[in-house]
Formats: sequence, structure tokens, C-alpha cells
Amino acid sequence: MNALIQYIESYLTSDKTPGAAGNMFWAFVYIMLVFTGLSVAVIAMNWLERKILAHMQVRLGPMRVGPHGLLQPIADALKLLLKEDIMPAEADSLVFWAAPFIVVLAAFSVFVVVPFGPQHAITDMNIGILFMLGVSSLSVLGIVMAGWASNSHYPLIGALRSSAQMVSYEVAMGLAVVSAILMTSLNASGTGTLSMIGIVEAQKAQGEWFVFKFFPLGLIAFFIFAVAMVAETNRAPFDLAEAESELTAGFHTEYSGFRWSLFFLAEYSAMIAVSSIAVTLWLGGWLRPFPNWLSGPAWSAIFSYVPGVTFLFFAAICFYNTARMPKHPYFRIQTLGLGAFGAVLGLIGLILFIPAVSFRIQDIFWFSAKVAGFMYLYIWYRGTFPRYRFDQLMKMGWKVLLPMGLGVLILTAGVALLQIKS
Amino acid sequence: MADQNTLSPLDLETHDKTFLDANELVINMGPQHPATHGVLRVILRLDGEKVLGLECVIGYLHRGVEKIGEHRTYTMFNPYVDRMDYVAAVSNGLGYCEAVEKLLNVEAPPRAQHVRVILTELNRIASHQLWLGTHALDIGAITPLFYTFRDREEILKIYEKYCGARLTTHAFRIGGLQYETYAGFEKEVKNFLNFLKPKIDEYEELLTTNRIWVERTKGIGKISAEDCIALGVTGPVLRASGVKWDLRKAQPYANYKNFDFEIPTGQHGDTYDRYLVRMVEMRQSVRIIEQAVDALPEGPIMAKVPKVMKPPVGEVYHSIEAPKGELGYFIVSDGSTQPYRMRVRPPSFVNLQALDLMCRGQLVADVIAVIGTLDIVLGEVDR
Repeated sequence: MNALIQYIESYLTSDKTPGAAGNMFWAFVYIMLVFTGLSVAVIAMNWLERKILAHMQVRLGPMRVGPHGLLQPIADALKLLLKEDIMPAEADSLVFWAAPFIVVLAAFSVFVVVPFGPQHAITDMNIGILFMLGVSSLSVLGIVMAGWASNSHYPLIGALRSSAQMVSYEVAMGLAVVSAILMTSLNASGTGTLSMIGIVEAQKAQGEWFVFKFFPLGLIAFFIFAVAMVAETNRAPFDLAEAESELTAGFHTEYSGFRWSLFFLAEYSAMIAVSSIAVTLWLGGWLRPFPNWLSGPAWSAIFSYVPGVTFLFFAAICFYNTARMPKHPYFRIQTLGLGAFGAVLGLIGLILFIPAVSFRIQDIFWFSAKVAGFMYLYIWYRGTFPRYRFDQLMKMGWKVLLPMGLGVLILTAGVALLQIKS
Repeated sequence: MADQNTLSPLDLETHDKTFLDANELVINMGPQHPATHGVLRVILRLDGEKVLGLECVIGYLHRGVEKIGEHRTYTMFNPYVDRMDYVAAVSNGLGYCEAVEKLLNVEAPPRAQHVRVILTELNRIASHQLWLGTHALDIGAITPLFYTFRDREEILKIYEKYCGARLTTHAFRIGGLQYETYAGFEKEVKNFLNFLKPKIDEYEELLTTNRIWVERTKGIGKISAEDCIALGVTGPVLRASGVKWDLRKAQPYANYKNFDFEIPTGQHGDTYDRYLVRMVEMRQSVRIIEQAVDALPEGPIMAKVPKVMKPPVGEVYHSIEAPKGELGYFIVSDGSTQPYRMRVRPPSFVNLQALDLMCRGQLVADVIAVIGTLDIVLGEVDR
């Protein structure tokens, strides 16, 4: 028993990730935390997307289930779980059954190496970025299986489109990633790293996020990745695979209920995953913004208040809307609910002002805030852009992004070489 | 790949048996499909994603409107025409009323004519707004739909205030109007026009120079002026192919000859030109309404028509420029209270003929864009 406690306690003094330290208990705890956090994030994202998109489109979005529709995602999840599970008679049942699990597995496994902070990752692999790209591209297998097993025309075309799209954009994506990895080698020893944590550490050591490095080379590589990642996750304006006006729903046309919700879950966690790659590689991962301009202990102290202030701000929005709720008795429970939600957010905000807490939490906060920025972009794209056609999408991938990626890679390598030599 | 000009008729019986060997894929789009604007069924023959040919199957919304017309008196049939092109009900009513007036040899008084023009042009704007929203939605831009519906609502409010109905208005009567305009009608219409003008710019801002929109519409669904004329295609589709043919100018009806407006034409006959033509048409409609409201004369709103209409024996064909093209009514009278024969020439039905021609050699995604750009309403196609 003592040995077990010692085993658990021994990690607390470590400055490595649980996986790298070899502590199975904490690794398991971290897995559970990441899994829960991710599920909550997907639920929140579901609500936020509907609300933000609605406000972009001069409508209100969900308003009925809970105050301002806050319980809508939960109601949706319940509905999906209770729905009849339909498997088409002509479908290949085994493949049809396995496909959503492969997609979800691929989407969730990548989070093993996502660094939320210098110690806050499940593990730190020395091939972290390769692992992420490799595992996330496995999801195309599930999509092809889903399209094939449905034994129907629309899913088949959707799956073909989606696999072709994901495979071709991975090339441009890979080139952009390589040019960022090259930048990690600009240190005294001249060796780069593929570890996700190492990449952020390199940006910290060089005092520059890679998006600004070798201006504008880093920016272009970031731009290529930002475009390719939207295509990679099959989101608007590259959502051809599920183009509802043409293919009704693409590869998951025949899926319903729980299986369909797995695809949904996978799509959103894949969005979070690729955004995490972009944040890690170019936007300094968990590092706080303006490390150079606004440096010094005073600024650090000010920035350590930002997480708490953010949550207090959200709480203030909740309280403001609580005050604006209709005074009719019918809305009493909703008003109370919104007030309670605001109170919870405010309490979290206040807790985040405790120095010991904010010191430990701010890495995670900055990482999540940057990822949230990307999530907002995803929603914004969806509200603004029409959909590309398939051949135009391919043209863009192979004739625009790929040459750009190659050029940026060669230039980055040349500039880096000069800098190392001098 | 089969030669495009010598396509054999589609054989659905044998298709399933040869499916695996053939490099042709047959896809059934509709009648329940999000992008076929109602209940149009399109049987697509694909080579990969390329369209080899297509067949339209229509009739899912057939209500026998023409036959109903032969069993109702002239007045009783008037509300039925609203149900054909239900997004441009007022235009339908105008065409029918004018056709019967021609048969009766009466003319609506000037004030009625002016109000008719105002309401019909408002309807053209509403119809084009609905077209724009759904067309953009088909191509993947969701947001314009909500903008256009928000603004179309203001037009429907004017209709509601004028005659009590929003969609199937039955706004006109044979010989003029039933209702005098409500107090503040002119002001409200003018306010709406001032509200609408910047909104049209807003729609254009979202789409006209949008790279993806231009790529998706330029050169898509091309149709030449000759083909348009050969197929009888009318309306914005014809004008986008470069033919300056608008019945409001070519065969002026109502009192369109009193108003100053321009007929926009395109050059390439592609989806983008059709989009631009319709956007300009909305602005021109605004111009017409402004002039009509300013010059709204006083006077009676109803001509002298008998309570029981018995037009003299004869026939009449009268057509107007509906938002979607030439809307014609052919009425044969045998001197009784009911028409002997009623025939409607709906623009959507005739324009839909061009779908196959416009889609051949294009991709599946373009079929959706072309259906959208033809601006068909299935209620009018099937009648």
C-alpha cells in the first residue's frame, strides 16, 4: 500500500509528462482528464457553433432547451442515444459496425501527444508530430469503410471524395509541417526535434513563435497548414464529402443514432486535434502571447490574471442575460439556471485568481484559448464561404498549396542553413 | 464513354444487372432531395463525377390546375393561379387578370394599373430574393439565405397589410383591384425601397467577388442564345445569354411603357451572368416601383365588369414577364361563364427543358448549381 502511494506521489516532483516518466497511474488519470475534457469541449463546441452561426445569420439559434439553449447539446445527445439503430439490409454489417469506431479511435488517439503544458501531456514521444499526422490520417480508412459498407451510391461518392481529398491535402500539410520542424534545429547543437513539447520549447528558446520566424516564410507555411487542416477535417468550404445539397450527407448518409453521433464526435475532435497541431507548431503552444514586447515579471503577473478575468467576463455575460430574462413566472427556472451557470463560471474565475492555481493552469488556458480561436475560424468559414467543387479542390491542393509548400520548405531550409553557418 | 450526342434512352430494367461492368453510374436525385427545390426527380447518368446525361421526371406536384380552370367561372379560377408559382403569386394573378380583361375587352383604370405594377415588381424582388438564397445555399453558402429571407419578410408584410395574405395573395381582380391601398401605403413602400437598396449591396458583397462563388458559377451551365430560343427558354436565363427580350419592353402590358427602366443582359450565358442579371433586375425593379409610387394617380380602382362574366366567343393569348420568364395564358371562350379551354405556359416548365443541355459534360456539383440558376418552382412546372 505504501509502495503504491509512493508510486503515485513520486510523479508529483517530476517535471516530465506521466508517459515519459513511466508513471502508469498518472498517465491513466491524464487519459481520463483529456477524454472528459475533449467530450465537454465537443459538447460546448456543438452549442457554440449553433449559436455563433445563428447570430451571423440574423437568427437566435437554440433558445428553448435551458436558458439560451444551453442544454440543447445534452438533449441532442440523449435523442441520438435513444434513436433506433438502423443498419441497411444490404450493408456489410461487420464493416458498417467497425467504421465509426475506427474514425473515433483515430480522432481520440492523437491527443496522446498533444501538449497542453510543459508537463501536461499524456506522454512526450520523440516522434510526436509524426504520430499525430499518422494516426489522424487513419480516420480516412474508417470513412472509406463507412462509404463502402453502406452499399449505396451517395455514401460511396462521399467516401471517394473524402478519401481523395484527405490524401491529397496531407501532402501539402506534411510539407508545411516539415518547414516548421526545420526551424526547431536553429540552436547551438543544430539538432531539431519531432517531439511536440520539444517544438514549443524550441520556440521558447528562440524567443519567437514560428509563425513570425523568417518572415514571411513561417507565415506562409502556417497559412498552408491552416487551409489544409480545414480540408483535412472535411469542413466548410471543403465539406464536399458531406455536401448536403448534392450528396444528402455523404459517407454517413446511412448512419443513424449512436453510430452517427460517433462520426459527429470524431469530426469535432479531429478539428480540435489539427488546431492543436497548428497551435503547437506555429503559435507557441502553451506560451502566453507577447513574450518579447511585454516581458518582465510585472507583465507576467498581469497575464496570469487573464484566465480568471476571462471566466469572470463570461460570468458577467451570464448575469447580464439573467437580468434581461423575461420576468414571467414561466421563465423562473430558466432564469435561475442561467444565474447558477454564471455563478459557477464566476466561481471558477475567482479560483483562477489564486496564485498557486493560476500558476499551474495558465499553460492549459493559453493553449485552449488559441485552439478556441481556431474553432471560431471554423465556424466563421462555415458562415461565409460557398463550397468548392471537387476538381477545384484538387486543383487547389495539388497546383497551389503543394508548390507553395515545396517552395517554402526549400527557402526555409536555405535560410536556416545560412543562419547555422554564420 | 458514350458519345454525348447519341445517348440511348435510359433503361432502368437492365441497369442493375450491368451495373458492375459498366463505367456508368446511375444516380437518382430526388424527388426527396435537399437541392431539387421541391419534388423534381432527376435521373443522372455519371461517369465518375461527370454528367453524361440526365432525365427529369416531373409530375409529383400535379394538381390539374388547367382542368380546374375549365370547371370554374372566370372569377372563381383567379385564386387558383396563385398556387402555381407560389413564390410569385402576384405575377400569376396579373397575367390571368389581364388575359381575361383582354377577352372581355375592358381595361383596368390607371390607378389600379399603377398599384398592380408596384405589387408585381415587389413580387419580382421577393422571387429573386428567394432564388438568391436557395441558389447560394445549394452552392454551399448558408448565410445569404437568412439575409434574403429577412428582407423578403418586409415585402410579405406589405402584402399582408394590403390584402391579408402573405404568399398566395389573390391581390388583383378581373377589371382592377378589390381593395383600395391602405393608409400610408406609398410611404411604407418607399421606406422599404430605401431599406432594400443597401441590402442588395450586402448580398453582392457576400457573393459577387467571392472567389469560390465566382469559380463555382463562371462557365457553369452555359447555354447559347440560339439554344435558348430553340428551346423556348425565357426570362433571366435568356437575357443572360445576350438576348434583350423582356416582355415589359417588347410587348408592353399593364402600363410598363410609362416607366423608365433598363433590361440587363449578360454575354456568356453562364450561371454567373444569370446571377448578375437577376441582381440588376432587382435594382431595376426598385427603380420602377419608385416611379410608380411617385406618379400614383387618383381615381377609381375597378373598371366596369359584369357581375357574371360571359366573354364573347373567341380566344386570347396573353403573356407577361414573370420573375422566371414568359408566363402566358391561353383562354378559349365559348360564350359561357366558364372557359372552354384554359392553358398556362409556365416559364419554369419550359426553362427546365434546358437542364439536360446545360448539364452535359459538367460535374455532379454543377447540376445543383444549374437547377438553382434556372430558378424553377415545381408548383409551376407540374401545375
